Amino acid sequence: MPKKRKLTIAVSALNAIDSPGPGVAVIRALREAESFDVKIIGLAYESLEPGIYMHDLVDKTYQFPYPSSGVDSVMERLTYIHEKEKIDVLIPNFDAELYPFIKLENELREMGIHMCLPTMQQFEERHKMNLNEFGEKYDIKVPKSKNLNDISDVYQIEKDFEFPVLVKGKYYDAHVAYNVEQAKTFYNRISAKWGYPIIIQEFVHGMEYNVTGLGDGTGKTISAIPMRKQYITDKGKAWGGISISDRRMLDLTDKFISQTKWRGGFELELMKDKENNFYLLEINPRMPAWIYLSVGVGHNIPEALVKLALGEKVEPMGDYKVGKMFVRFAWDMIVDMQDFQTISTMGEL
Amino acid sequence: MKIKSNIAVSDSGFIFNPDTGESFTVNPLGASIISYIKEGKSVKDITGELRQVYEIDVNTLEKDTEDFLGLLKNFSLLTDA
Repeated sequence: MPKKRKLTIAVSALNAIDSPGPGVAVIRALREAESFDVKIIGLAYESLEPGIYMHDLVDKTYQFPYPSSGVDSVMERLTYIHEKEKIDVLIPNFDAELYPFIKLENELREMGIHMCLPTMQQFEERHKMNLNEFGEKYDIKVPKSKNLNDISDVYQIEKDFEFPVLVKGKYYDAHVAYNVEQAKTFYNRISAKWGYPIIIQEFVHGMEYNVTGLGDGTGKTISAIPMRKQYITDKGKAWGGISISDRRMLDLTDKFISQTKWRGGFELELMKDKENNFYLLEINPRMPAWIYLSVGVGHNIPEALVKLALGEKVEPMGDYKVGKMFVRFAWDMIVDMQDFQTISTMGEL
Repeated sequence: MKIKSNIAVSDSGFIFNPDTGESFTVNPLGASIISYIKEGKSVKDITGELRQVYEIDVNTLEKDTEDFLGLLKNFSLLTDA
């Protein structure tokens, strides 16, 4: 058997917690890649992100500055890590990281670090706060939404919406508010954490569905896997899900990719109402925490994304297995104090 | 009356709709009715088959069978075609 090439891949979002980041799932998929072997470099924001301590998955972890610290500080840290590790591919997995990394894409490519990210226009256009315009432009059904920048606007919600409504943060967090008082509470809570605007969205009653996929940047769908959430946590995260074959979800995904010429991984969050209409609730511009299901159904999306990042041609992956499930579980790792001490004080482990 | 072509029904009465991801379980009687539908039998044929196995009056049997078929339709498992 010919020896596989070895790639050094840096991956963020190692927070495999109850509201998990996709990092650990992405790494599991990369470890099972057929076309390359990997050395995994973890990028962690906090010392207790579980992925840091999963030594069978992550070879070395570096603490990394929050995106809010600015592009320069991200670049400085990455330069240091790259000097030591010679990173071939970087996979940022947090929404909030994408802005600085899209900005740095050319600079990083010159250093030899490759990424497969949406363009800045794609990234901005699909923002929750631009979803109405996005739906109109691409003729995709989206729930009505409105951006609020002032707490006094909360009192005007009833003019445009019927309660309940969803109160959402720019990047994360969403709560269902049944009256103005609740909306005000969530407005304050979310704005304190994630800033402005706060998005008020029509609440669509129905069943939650998601699609994860990969676009090659030319309008071609490399992969699309629809999934029905079977078990949802109190944070709204899928704890169990099953791959399905709904043609309309696949068509909607093809339309999204072909019209936007989406480049990179993504997750579409959909709601099916009583009349069987699909509403697009959100477009997450990166792979989801359940991306390992893609390996389970026969499409290793993270592997294909790495190849696209390296400029290699990737053909559409075709059929996938329907009826494959994922069921998440919680697991207590026993960790040496020394490891915690090292990552906390030295910033690497 | 047809069970949708892509619906998977196991011998144990587990039904999976791959379009929606929904799954259901039916008891052995439900499983037999579904297998009769798959064989292309009409409601009359089905009740005829069941009467040979169960001691039940025709009216109740027809009503219960229709109720069950309505349920299958309601869950988008059965089409009229």
